[in-house]
Amino acid sequence: MGVALRMADTEPLLSLENVTLRYGQGASAVTAVEDVSVDLAAGDRLVLLGPSGCGKSSLLRAVGGFQPVDAGAIRLRGAPVGRPGPDRMAVFQEFDQLLPWRTVLGNVRYALQRGRGLDRAAAEARARDWIGRVGLARVMDAHPHTLSGGMKQRVAIARAFALEPDLLLMDEPFAALDALTRRQMQDELLSLCEQTGATVLFVTHAIDEAVRVGTHVLTLSPHPGRMAGLAAIPAAARQRGTAAFAQLEATLQAGLLATEAHTEEGARRHG
Amino acid sequence: MADTTLTLPAPRRLHLTGWRKGVLLALLALAWEGYARHLGNALLLPTFSATLTALVQGFASGELVTRTATSLQLLVTGYACGLAAAAALTAFAALSRWGAELLELLTAMLNPLPAVALLPIALLWFGIGAPSLVFVITHAVLWPVALASYAGFRAVPRTLRMAGRNLGLSPLRFIAEILIPAALPQILAGLRLGWAFAWRTLIAAELVFGVSARSGGIGWFIYTNRAQLETANVFAGLLTIILVGLIVETLLFRSAARATIQRWGQEQ
Repeated sequence: MGVALRMADTEPLLSLENVTLRYGQGASAVTAVEDVSVDLAAGDRLVLLGPSGCGKSSLLRAVGGFQPVDAGAIRLRGAPVGRPGPDRMAVFQEFDQLLPWRTVLGNVRYALQRGRGLDRAAAEARARDWIGRVGLARVMDAHPHTLSGGMKQRVAIARAFALEPDLLLMDEPFAALDALTRRQMQDELLSLCEQTGATVLFVTHAIDEAVRVGTHVLTLSPHPGRMAGLAAIPAAARQRGTAAFAQLEATLQAGLLATEAHTEEGARRHG
Repeated sequence: MADTTLTLPAPRRLHLTGWRKGVLLALLALAWEGYARHLGNALLLPTFSATLTALVQGFASGELVTRTATSLQLLVTGYACGLAAAAALTAFAALSRWGAELLELLTAMLNPLPAVALLPIALLWFGIGAPSLVFVITHAVLWPVALASYAGFRAVPRTLRMAGRNLGLSPLRFIAEILIPAALPQILAGLRLGWAFAWRTLIAAELVFGVSARSGGIGWFIYTNRAQLETANVFAGLLTIILVGLIVETLLFRSAARATIQRWGQEQ
């Protein structure tokens, strides 16, 4: 049984049970993630935090169905996750996740038509609504290559939210943005999540981002990725500049440093 | 995002390069005219003005028009067959490992084989006439187009693929609605290359066995005029080939690129 983020007598929305992920075959196989167990209830925003090489993105891709699970199980509403599908919409770090040949409106509308089976008119209405909600109504008919990085990520976020998935998967969506835009996007994402009650799995290596957007933070240690700590983020600590925010940041930072020191020590011992 | 090195708006720049090319063309024509007059042998090298006259007469009499139409009809038929075969082969390659290996194997073997070299086989299988020409043109188009499209498919960014798969698209939809538009720059380059290959193959094939074809195209026009020592007509035929090539290049491929990959910012 996974570690529940809170005491709940209902079935978890997403449950990871002793999940292990490997790359490669046989003797040359590398373990990316080992024995991760955690449960998410609806409305939880779990941040996977860790240094590069801790397998956090691999874990997210496995939940998305983009990567096979080597041991353990990933269940969504009790059923093992299969191929990628619109019930788990992903937002990636790379800016090239939008279809360059479709406009902003076209990108979101197409996703709604194909992913949700809406007819053109219904899809267009919902697409317009969501593009407006991320503040891009004035570039509705622009092609992605004319947009800034932040705007492209907003379109991808609008697309993901518009499909109303069971679970939103965010793989460092703001990592390639400048610091100011990144903060702004974190705030906007937080408010969208609070409005919709979306359940989110969010991958990042930035501690302040984890405290800002998550309800819970799962810290992973690298090589292979193992669970190093699970912390709840109280709503009061989510406000930047508060003492609680700074304290949580410091605690998580210390936790991360400890995992790295631990791994280095381990590497020395084994090497 | 605007290219900062581009100081003039695109249409004006095109206009300027066009102007330079016009001057260069005039200079080339002048050099041709001068050398041909100096040589004074219309059998070896007719003057530019004589060639132009022959070209105008050829079009006025309708002979060059029907010849060109015959050639283009064959070309379009063969091109369409080549594209259909390339599409089937590349789709198979995109969907399965076996298909990918088959495509790699076939293109490695058959792409270097000049289409005209298949002409004897084509004559044997299809007899003398249009089907043989269509066969060799198909061969000329199929491999470069399949190769370019497959390379284009493979170059589609991983993120874009995942974004497409995320919608739960069926394999055919994934190819038609994600892979093909994403690979369009390479596909267009392949189509262009295929067109040039087909055009060359057709003229060469007509020159080789146009003699026995009932109604020949431009290649046949060149062949007969050479036999009759009407060298100005031979040059007029060559000019026609160049003209058709230029028209297709600018009207078809450039405007296709402008309407698609340039507008989408996908041009490499």
